[in-house]
Amino acid sequence: MSNKVIHAIYNDDDILMDAVKKTRAAHHHIEEVFTPFPVHGLDKAMGLAPTRLAICAFIYGCIGISFGTWMMNYIMIQDWPQDIGGKPSFSYIENMPAFVPIMFEETVFFAAHLMVITFYMRSRLWPFKEAENPDVRTTDDHFLMEVAVHNNEKELVSFFENTGAVEVKVIDKH
Amino acid sequence: MYTFSSKLKTFSLVLMVVGLLGIGYGFLSAPKNSQDVEALLAADSHGEHHGAAAATEEHAQAVETPAAEAPATTAVSQDTAKVEVAKEITAEETAVKDTAVAAAAVEPAQAVAEAQVATSEHNVDAHAEHEEHVNHVLHQLQNKPWSALYVACIFFMLVSLGVLAFYAIQQVAQSGWSPVLFRVMQGITAYLPVGSVIFFIILVLSGLHFNHLFVWLGEGVTTVGHENYDKIIANKSGYLNFPFWIIRAAIFLVGWNLYRYFSRKNCLAQDEATDDSYYKKNFKMSAGFLVFFIVTESIMSWDWIMSIDPHWFSTLFGWYVFASFIVSAVTTICLVSLYLKSRGYLEHVNTSHIHDLAKFMFGFSVFWTYLWFSQFMLIWYADIPEEVTYFVTRIQVYNLPFFGAVVMNFVFPLLILINTDFKRISWVLIMAGTVILLGHYIDFFNMIMPGTVGDQWFIGVPEISSVLFFFGLFIYVVFTALTKAPLLPKRNPFIEESKHFHY
Repeated sequence: MSNKVIHAIYNDDDILMDAVKKTRAAHHHIEEVFTPFPVHGLDKAMGLAPTRLAICAFIYGCIGISFGTWMMNYIMIQDWPQDIGGKPSFSYIENMPAFVPIMFEETVFFAAHLMVITFYMRSRLWPFKEAENPDVRTTDDHFLMEVAVHNNEKELVSFFENTGAVEVKVIDKH
Repeated sequence: MYTFSSKLKTFSLVLMVVGLLGIGYGFLSAPKNSQDVEALLAADSHGEHHGAAAATEEHAQAVETPAAEAPATTAVSQDTAKVEVAKEITAEETAVKDTAVAAAAVEPAQAVAEAQVATSEHNVDAHAEHEEHVNHVLHQLQNKPWSALYVACIFFMLVSLGVLAFYAIQQVAQSGWSPVLFRVMQGITAYLPVGSVIFFIILVLSGLHFNHLFVWLGEGVTTVGHENYDKIIANKSGYLNFPFWIIRAAIFLVGWNLYRYFSRKNCLAQDEATDDSYYKKNFKMSAGFLVFFIVTESIMSWDWIMSIDPHWFSTLFGWYVFASFIVSAVTTICLVSLYLKSRGYLEHVNTSHIHDLAKFMFGFSVFWTYLWFSQFMLIWYADIPEEVTYFVTRIQVYNLPFFGAVVMNFVFPLLILINTDFKRISWVLIMAGTVILLGHYIDFFNMIMPGTVGDQWFIGVPEISSVLFFFGLFIYVVFTALTKAPLLPKRNPFIEESKHFHY
């Protein structure tokens, strides 16, 4: 069985949004939507689950502050508690204000960088990755919705022609 | 139009009556003269002079106070009073060089040796020393009801001022989300004139020597040769003198109130206008007010809060005070809006508006912490005696309120308000808002009390009653003002955008 998909191409984000809502209402499964810029509310219209990236960032931040605390405690208090300019190095809490800038920066550093790396991994982005856009115009001024075909090619084509698409193509996907 | 619910009105009146009774009780129960203090001290002394540990602790405190401040600050118990003066000369050098911990370890041994020398040498002066100590405690205890009143009064007034500043910022920024909340903000700022008058009266009474809140207002402080002469304060008397100080206060209060009055007037006139001229007038006036505000806010914080400790100074203090009351102000807007919304009066306010306020609560809480820590850490790190006494007193005598404020104003809101979903849930915001408001009351308590009542502090009847009284007055004035105008501005250029705001 061939793996056919419809590529419905639009040239306006408002029309695209309407088309997405109609497609969802008609219970056609949207495989993917390609847009040149973020379309506000598109994820909601498509019914995509909210991202959990912020939760990841919070956890990474917790790891960061733990790392900062552990590092300063080990170096400054446990390993070699020198008297440096009269700063009390008897226990961590006594000298804590001096460590706060480091703890803060470690928190931000871990939260930011690990979250970005998580984002790259989850969205499969890396240098030399082969671009996946099905139509070069989608990076400039066209919007493309990809919908799978299940032996209902004619019906789908006429459906998408009615949603204001400037072009409807049936593509054989391998 | 909003109608003031009779239940809330009764509630606010009850708060005021209970508060007034408590304030009166506070003034009546304050000691009148040194005999009363003698009796109090005698009752306390049993527990006070138990062992070397207590003496050591008090000693460490006295040593860390620089010589110039010593007569004015930190209570010293009767028996150890003389020992300390003698020790100060020898111990000061070591104590300043070493850390407090190191010094504390050495002291018990020294204390015994020197106590013997000191008692024999100085028992002639012991009586005079004792007199001075009793007098010191008397002043602190007499300050207690005044300070309680002062803290609550300035706190509620500054919350109202913070709302005014936030409102002016929203006008100037031409924000599209907040116009539906403008009338709520104007309602809250209606407390400003009332609060200003009461506050100004307290300032005048301080100037007329009804209390000892401001040391530099004391008699003979600037007179050379007088027993109260204080060179440091005398050098600052070009700025810290009663006429200049009270005139500044009058200018600030009048300036803020004028902006509030005309801004509200123009806003109401804009409802009936046919063009946007009143809106433009308000825009320009708000921009002017913000310039005036930031200058006067800074000076206000030196005059009304920092001058409580006239030997101490900090450059970012004005911002720190600002951060403290702006976060309380945004929290108050949020709580009042949630209340009005729950009664069905704010049709166009949705969870997105509340979410925005919650983000401001979160952001300003972190901003406050940033300034709190910057002030504390810089002084702690450099450890310059004339600056560090401020925090030594607070950490040793106000340990729980000092660090408790950081937990309430930073840790709690940080963990609660970081979650997007929580920022839309009313009960979460009411809980977080209550903690933030209480935390910032304690913050003001920490700023003012150590300089006025020192180690005699307690959150008892006078403190709680003062808060209740001003809270009741605040509710009464604010909700009365809310009944005076429709809760939705009609012809604000951004009102349509604001009604449909969603995030």
